[in-house]
This record gives sequence, structure tokens and C-alpha cells, in this order.
Amino acid sequence: MKFTKDWLDVHLKTNKSESQIIQKLNSIGLEVEKVEPVKNELSDFIVAKIIKVNKHPNADRLKLCDVDIGKKDTLKVVCGAPNARDGLLTIYAPPGSVIPKNAMKLEVSKIRGETSYGMLCSESELKLSNESEGIIDLNDKYKTKIGKSFFGEKKGKNVIELSITPNRPDCLGVRGIARDLSASNFGKLKEPKKSKVKKNIKHNLMIKIEKNKNQACSIFGSCIIKNIKNTESPGWLKNRILALGLRPISAVVDITNYVMFDLNRPLHAYDLDKIKNKITVRNSKKGESFKALDNKNYTLDKDMCVIADDEGVLGLGGIIGGERSGTEIHTKNILLESAYFDPTLIRKTAKKLDLNSDAKFRFERGVDPQSVTAGLDSSVELILEICGGEVSKFDLQQTKKFKDLEIKFDPKMVTKTVGTSINTNEIKKILSNLGFTIKTKGKFLNVKVPSWRPDIFDEIDLVEEVIRIVGFEKIKSIEPDKKRSKPTLNFFQKHFHLAQRSVASKGYLETITWSFTDEKINNKFKEKLESVKIVNPISSDLNVLRNSLYPNLIFYLEKNLNRGFGDQALFEIGPIFKGKKPGQQITVVCGIKKQFIDEDNDLKKNDLVDVFHIKKDLVQSLTELEITKEDFRIEGNTPSYYHPGISGSIVSKDGNLVLGYFGALHPKIISNTFGFEIFLENLVEYKAKNKKTKESLTFSDYQKSDRDFAFLVNKDTRAQDLTEVIQNLDKNLIKEIKIFDVYEGQNIPSDKKSIALKVTIQSDHKTLNENDLTNISKKIVSTVEEKTGAKLRS
Amino acid sequence: MSDFEKKFLEFKNRLNGTQDSKEIEAMRTDIFSKNGFINSQFKKLGSLSEDEKKTFASNINKAKQELLEIFRSKATEVLDKNLNEKIKKEKIDVTLPEKEFKIGKIHPVSQVIDEISCIFSEIGFSVEEGPDVENDYNNFTALNTPEDHPAKDMHDTFYLDENMKTLLRTHTSPVQVRTMLKGKPPFKIIAPGRTYRSDSDQTHTPMFHQLEGLHIDKNINMGHLKGCLNYFIKEFFEVDKIKMRFRPSHFPFTEPSAEVDIGYRIENNKIIIGEGDKWLEILGCGMVHPNVLKNCRVDPKIYQGFAFGIGIDRLAMLKYGINDLRSFFECDYRWLNYYGFDPLDVPTNYRGLSK
Repeated sequence: MKFTKDWLDVHLKTNKSESQIIQKLNSIGLEVEKVEPVKNELSDFIVAKIIKVNKHPNADRLKLCDVDIGKKDTLKVVCGAPNARDGLLTIYAPPGSVIPKNAMKLEVSKIRGETSYGMLCSESELKLSNESEGIIDLNDKYKTKIGKSFFGEKKGKNVIELSITPNRPDCLGVRGIARDLSASNFGKLKEPKKSKVKKNIKHNLMIKIEKNKNQACSIFGSCIIKNIKNTESPGWLKNRILALGLRPISAVVDITNYVMFDLNRPLHAYDLDKIKNKITVRNSKKGESFKALDNKNYTLDKDMCVIADDEGVLGLGGIIGGERSGTEIHTKNILLESAYFDPTLIRKTAKKLDLNSDAKFRFERGVDPQSVTAGLDSSVELILEICGGEVSKFDLQQTKKFKDLEIKFDPKMVTKTVGTSINTNEIKKILSNLGFTIKTKGKFLNVKVPSWRPDIFDEIDLVEEVIRIVGFEKIKSIEPDKKRSKPTLNFFQKHFHLAQRSVASKGYLETITWSFTDEKINNKFKEKLESVKIVNPISSDLNVLRNSLYPNLIFYLEKNLNRGFGDQALFEIGPIFKGKKPGQQITVVCGIKKQFIDEDNDLKKNDLVDVFHIKKDLVQSLTELEITKEDFRIEGNTPSYYHPGISGSIVSKDGNLVLGYFGALHPKIISNTFGFEIFLENLVEYKAKNKKTKESLTFSDYQKSDRDFAFLVNKDTRAQDLTEVIQNLDKNLIKEIKIFDVYEGQNIPSDKKSIALKVTIQSDHKTLNENDLTNISKKIVSTVEEKTGAKLRS
Repeated sequence: MSDFEKKFLEFKNRLNGTQDSKEIEAMRTDIFSKNGFINSQFKKLGSLSEDEKKTFASNINKAKQELLEIFRSKATEVLDKNLNEKIKKEKIDVTLPEKEFKIGKIHPVSQVIDEISCIFSEIGFSVEEGPDVENDYNNFTALNTPEDHPAKDMHDTFYLDENMKTLLRTHTSPVQVRTMLKGKPPFKIIAPGRTYRSDSDQTHTPMFHQLEGLHIDKNINMGHLKGCLNYFIKEFFEVDKIKMRFRPSHFPFTEPSAEVDIGYRIENNKIIIGEGDKWLEILGCGMVHPNVLKNCRVDPKIYQGFAFGIGIDRLAMLKYGINDLRSFFECDYRWLNYYGFDPLDVPTNYRGLSK
């Protein structure tokens, strides 16, 4: 919403300055977004300097000028003037500006194959004189003004732009802003002028609101004005229209726009002579179409509110008028409409048609239903004053009564809500200055809500009205209590926090990537999960919710590779999605590691990343999360995005919860890259079920003995198969099992391998003698042989 | 000079003269072994008179002691000498690179979430979370944002179905709804998390982070809201004083609603928070709308309180001088290394928020 101080003065008698007003507006909730010098029709025209005149390659009489308009870069402008020369100070008209002489709107255009960004002007084009020979030649005085408007911007006059929140349609009119200021002790709201216009002629156009289901229009007020002389608007009106950022068109159009911004009261003027027989306000039929004032054709759906005559649709009620009945400069007779449309229905229609207009913006927020006549009065007065003519009596079709809401208000509620005492007299004064009517009923106030405030429903809304005018700075701040009655983080959150820092401490950089990703990449990782598509993605390569953290991590890993960073370890902790219902998501920690293989670097040759590095990172982090080797076993069965032969899953020993995966990523997806995943919910579920209490520490000081074994096993036997069997033999005696060699080759059958391991045996109660040790060794050998098919190597 | 003395002197001189560890070892055998010099002298004792025995035995022992002493010092001397020679040969260029190590980093957003949790923990808030995918009811309707209302336009929502019933949450406020529906008042929570809006330009990313705050009890008023936010901002920016202003605004789920600006100035191209005459909008807040309480089965006649929503990424940008929001999600190796935090640098109450 834009306005100027002098426009505000129409409604508000105040001695406050513009800057005081700006400050006040901010503090009462009408946020000032911008304050800019007023633009007039001529402020587009800028002092410029020709830096260099070049020959036009395709035309002898034209020149291609490099022009300095006070910006960083010069512009190319094609010019035919004979006096164009290097260093000439002149006037430049940018694309979009309108040349006063012929009212032509400039556009970026190609002139004989060369693009010209705007135009250099002659005096006659700017209506400064009749001199049309050559472009304006300014004297040296203007050297310091390059980039500034030639005609100057009116000093001290500013356009104030407010960002009005959607609950305050009343402030989409200057009068509403004035009312809020007056309630804040910033002046007195002036009484609206009483119309003295005589309404002599007859309103002889039949108007009817059809009874339709979901009829958006409930009031249609109108009048006929005959024998007008539509013309250019007078200066004051043009300036206000320009201040709004609109272009003046004709008096009739400018007046309806002016009243809309003045009173938040959209109006529409029809060329009466173009209306066939009568006006019907009705719901559209599917497929009806019309050409709107924005020059576009719209095909309508069923049940959109249209203003129609006997020939068809004239316009979309409350949204946009039609070209067929639009007023022109030679229009003689008009029908002026001032109506009320339902916010929700307007919004639905406009959304379906993807149509935006100042009227629609206001109706969907709520226009004062009681302003129909005031809007007609105000515009009729101006039309008659500027264009002459005779006006008819007002015709008012109304299908619904609007009753002002009454709220029973306990004024104590203000103090209770804000915590600082505000007395009832002040409350009453503020509310009545805002237009509320108040009757005191004992402890309560009966508050009648003005028809222009569709945002006020309840007591709490009145509290807000009071406190925003009193000022939030009046609320006394209360120091917070330093008391904690509940732990800050729950069991899961603690693990999230720990996992995050644990993985980072292994040398991984934490990333945060989008929760969505490219479906094509996601498909490689989704396994059996469903694709969760976004109906309106920001771009086609971010069109599904991710089923895995890998797609984005790999994408950014590769980006970094292209930036020249070879060695990388990245991780993310965040959600992946298993379905599109709320809650169908789990938290995953995913790390990814790639080593840059530098053949020339002998120093690093012994330090290559392999699957055991990633496994170490994962197992160490699990250990830090208090999941130890006793809690899980390694299984195969990894998802297809891992290398099938170089990957494993971490599965809890009881309950079979998958705690994580690790391994080489599938070479078809990315080469020589390793990764791991931890499924945090599973991990936390496991831990919650298997709470370990730390018992008091005991350790054995009895003699420890090591025994080495080498078993010949089938090639596909896993080391874990042996260690588990041994471990389970006697958890009290077998303290540690270390694998120290795996060998295939000479002296071993080709389908076998040898696994050598060292078992540490120790009792907590006595020193084991040779006999004990022999017995347990025998047991180890026999059990392993029996359960795994291994053979002790002799 | 007796034979014994001669022999003794000979050994002594030889020992003193040598630097050869092998010779020393050979001499040790010659002197101290079973049949060595010392033992052979003791054997002679038997043939002597009592008096001679005494004197001679004492002489032998003296000689033994002296030789042992020489041996000891000789052994150390030679050992040192050998070690020194070995050390002389062992020279390594220690300016060659150390074994490679990688320092991992915590993303600034995660760090800031931890800092925020730390601050609110001190004043009794606990952390709640909610899902990223929400239904229309929790994201809008329960929060007093009616169907077909322009207020919805402020959120460019990502939808997961054509009926626009499931969506990616546009703010963390639905966590308010979930928290209240599953528990009983009082409520005193913060809820950090990912939020989504279909918006992408210089200053907007389709995903960003918000922190929701909610405090509902019997007598929580706007004075508490002011005090709470003032405390938070001061602690977060680690300054003694903060200039803050509350501007009335509009959010469907709070009434009265406010936007909060903090004062700042620019010095050497850096933002200095807390002083100066410029204002920066950093959060939205207000008293929870009675309709929201009703929708969450909390009686607004008994309970009231405040809620706020803060952009976490923006706080991180301000505190740590990061210019571009988009860079948070671009995973540039250099950026992560530069702006990331050491995982050991955990914000705590007793040590302070930042290093």
C-alpha cells in the first residue's frame, strides 16, 4: 500500500512530520517497507553523457552511442541526431518511459539490427520547445547530475510504502491509515465530505443479482452518469496515481483507482452504451469466456461470479473488468459499479484463473460492505467535477444483510494478557478512536465492531487493538526463571547429539542437504520404498523426498571432486522418508569417504582407504554410542547400492534390528568410494531394550595364557563364524580372540583358506594349569571343527 | 709386588684402556667366572695361615670391589658411546609431513541449534520435535489459518498430494500442536527443525531451519515473552546489552502478534549486534491465539502463554558472519571446513557457548 503525506492530509488533521508518522506507523503494526521520492511523469528522464559515438554498422545516418547514465556500466543507445558527439551531455529516456510528445512507451528494440536500450531525446520530444533538430545539448553545469532526473524530483515529497498484513484490509485505503494514526494521538480524523451532487436523471438499466448457490455478490450498487467528457486527469490526480506506481489513463479510470486506494473501495466503470439491455450478476457456465482489461482471454469454469449482459460476460465480479464494456477517452455515458463480493469465493476464482488485481487483493481480504454508497458518492463527485455530466439515483441490489458484530469484552483481559496494567478509560478511548462503539455494562464493555474490520471476532482481537496502539514498548519485561523441571533432551535426542559429534570426530565434515532429491538418482537407492513425489517441486531435479541420504551426499561429493578436492569425508544426520504420511520418516547418519589415489605419492601408499577404514569409523562410533561388539554381528544382505562382495550390515544380536550398513558403494554408482549408514531409531530402540548398568569393576589378576590356532576352512567361511563359536564356548574363560592371519595359496587347497587366531584364556578364580589349558584348547578345536567344518592345520 | 697384585694391576690397566665391549665381556669372564681370577685367588686361601688368610682375603675383596666398580663405569661408558654412535646415524627429516589426519566439522546450523538448546535449557525449556511431512490440519487449520485465506499465501507450500492435504511443513509451529495434543499443560518447549517453502532466490532456500518456542501456563503474559526473548538474544550473541524492539504484526496463530527487531550497526563491513541505529528483523512471536489452544484441547480460560519462531540459519549468519544463505546447503568442501565447528567444541553452560 502506497501513499503520500499530502494524501494523508486529506483525511487527517495533524501537525506531525513525515518522519514522526513513519516511526509511529511501524510501532502500531503498519510496517513501513520503503520511503521513496515521489515519481512524476517526467522523473524517468535522466541526465546522461555520451562517452563514445560509434558508427552504426548497417546505417550511415545512425550512430551507436555508449552512454553513461550514472550506473556501473554504460548503455548502447542508437541515435540518429547529427549533433551526437563524444562527451555530449544530454537527456536519456529509459525503456518503459513514455515520451510526452507522442505518448509512446519506449521499449528495448532493435534498430537496423542493433539493440538500443532507450533513447536520447530532443527538446520537442520532451515538449520543452519545438526544437526537433538534434538531441538536447546540456551545458557543463549538468556534469555533476549524470544519472539524476533532469526535471528533478519534488523536494521533500515521498511515497511511503506499507506492508499491510492480510488481516488489515481497512489500511489498504488511506483513510484507514489516517484512522489508525488518529487513534494513536497523531491528529484528528476529518469527517468525510457530504455529497451535494444532485441525482436528477433516471437509472434505467435493469440490474439483478441471480440467486445462485455460492453467489459471491451480495450487494451491487450502481449509478448512471450521462454526457460526460472523459479527459486527461488534472495534475493533482495524475500525481497521486503516479505515486501509487500506476500510469494515468483517463479521468474516469484514474478516479475509480483513486477512490479504491483512498477508501479501500474498489469500483468499476462500464461504458453504458456498450452494455446490451441489462446487467445480471450470476455464476458462470463452464466454458464461457471473455477478454479482460489485461488483454488476455479467460475461459471460465463453472460457478465463477460474473457480471453479464444479454450478450455474455462483461467482467469477473470483484476481480477484473472486460474489454468489451471498458471506458475509453471518447466514452459519453457510464455505469459506475460499487459492489460487495465474498472474500473466499473471490479468492477461489482468482486462484483458479491465476489472476491478480488490486480489486481482487482487496475483496479477498475484506472490503467494508457498508462503503458501497460512500464509494459511489466519492467518485461521482470527482467525475462530475472533472468530466461534467449528470448522475442518476443510486440503484442498490442487496441479497444479504450485514450486521455489525458485538463483543462482550472484559477490559481486565488486556492486563492479564500483556502483564502490564492498562486502565479501562484508556482502553475505551483507543477503541472508540478506532471506530468501535462502546457501551459499558457493569464490569464489561459491549463493543460493536465497525464494518471495515473483518479481522475482529473476539475479545483477544480487542486486546491486540489496544496494546498495539498503547505500544509494545510499554510492556514491562519479566526476567525468566532459571528453573528446570524436565530434562532438556530426551533419550533419542541425546543419541542424535552424540552420534553427530562422534562421526564428526572421525574426520567427517557435516553437511546439511535438501530433504528432497532427484527421482532418477533416488531410484538407485530406494530399494523397496515408495517414491514420495512432490506435487509442485521447486525444480524437476528436486522432485521426490529422499529415500536415502546417499543421493545428495554423492551429488555434493562429486561436486567437490570437480572443484579439485580429492580426499573427502562427508556426513549428514537427518530424515529419510518411507512414505508420504506424517511420521513415516526415520533418522539416518550417513558417512561417505573417498580417497584421492595419488600414484606419485609414495608416502601415502601404505595408507589407502579400504572397507576396514569405514568399518573402523562405524564400529568406533557405535562403541562411543555404547553399542559394543557383544551387541551386534555382521551379516551380508546389504542394499543393492553397496558392492555385494565388499559390504556388511550391522545387526543386533537379539531382536535382529538393523543398526547400520557399511561397505564399498556399488561401482556402477560411484567408484572407489566407501560409506556407512546408522539407523538411529533402531539403535535407540535396541539400547532402550538392553539397558546396561555399569557394575562395579572386577578384574582378574590370575595368569593369562595365549593359544594360537590355524584352521583350514572353506573359502566362503567368515572369520566371524569362527570367533562366535569360540566366544560362545565359555564367555568367562575366553577373554579375547584376535585374528592375526588369513592365508590362501601355496600348500592350501584352492577352495580353502587358512585363518589363524590367538585366543586369550584367563580364569577369574584361579591360575589355570597346563591340564586346564589343554582341555579348553581341545574343546575349541573340536567345537570349531564340528560347527563350522573347519580343520585344524597341523 | 706379589703375583696377585701384578695380575690385579694388569687387569685394571687393561680395563681402563679398552673401549671394546667384546673385550670387556671377555675380561668379565677372565676375572669373575667360576675359574676366573678372583675365585682362583680365593682358592689359595686354604693354604695360608690364619693371619695371612685374613689379610689376603681382605685384599682379594678390595680388589674385587675395585674391579667391579671399574666394570660398572666401563660398561656404562661403552654403552653410552655405542648408543651415541647409533643416534648420530639416526637422523630423520622431521619436516616431512606427519601422518595424515582429518578434522571433522559440525555444520554451523547444528552448532547453533546446540547453542540455542543450551540457552533455553538454562531457563527450563525442553526440546521437542515433529515430522517434516505434516498434514494440512496441523500446519494450518489447527493454527487458526483458515482454508482459502490470504494468510496462507505467505507460505509457499510444497504439497505431496493433489488434494493439498499432506505437505512439507512450512514452519515448526505444528510441533506446538503435536506437543499440546499429546500432553497436559504447562508446556515449556523449543522445537528446532527443517522447514520448507517453495521459494528460491538470493535470500531464500526451499529448505531452511526454524526454532519454535512455546510456553503455556496459567499466568504467562507478554512480559514473560519479552523477558524470555531478551534473555535469549543477549545470551546467544554473547553481549551484555541488546537493543530490541517489538513491532505489532499479524500471524494467525498468535494474538497479539509481534515482530522483533534488534539494533545493529556496520563496522568495517561487519555487523555489530546490540548497538547502533539500524534495525534487523529476526523473529516473530506473540500470545498463542485462544483458537489454537482450543484446537489443541487446552482451555484458554485457564491457560495462556506465548510462542515464537526464529530463523536458525539467519541467526547463524548473523553470529558467524556468513553472507549467503544458499551456501549453507551447497556442501562446498572449503565452506564446511571454514565455517564448521570442531566436534569437541560442544556449547555448554559452564564453559560458555563458543570457544
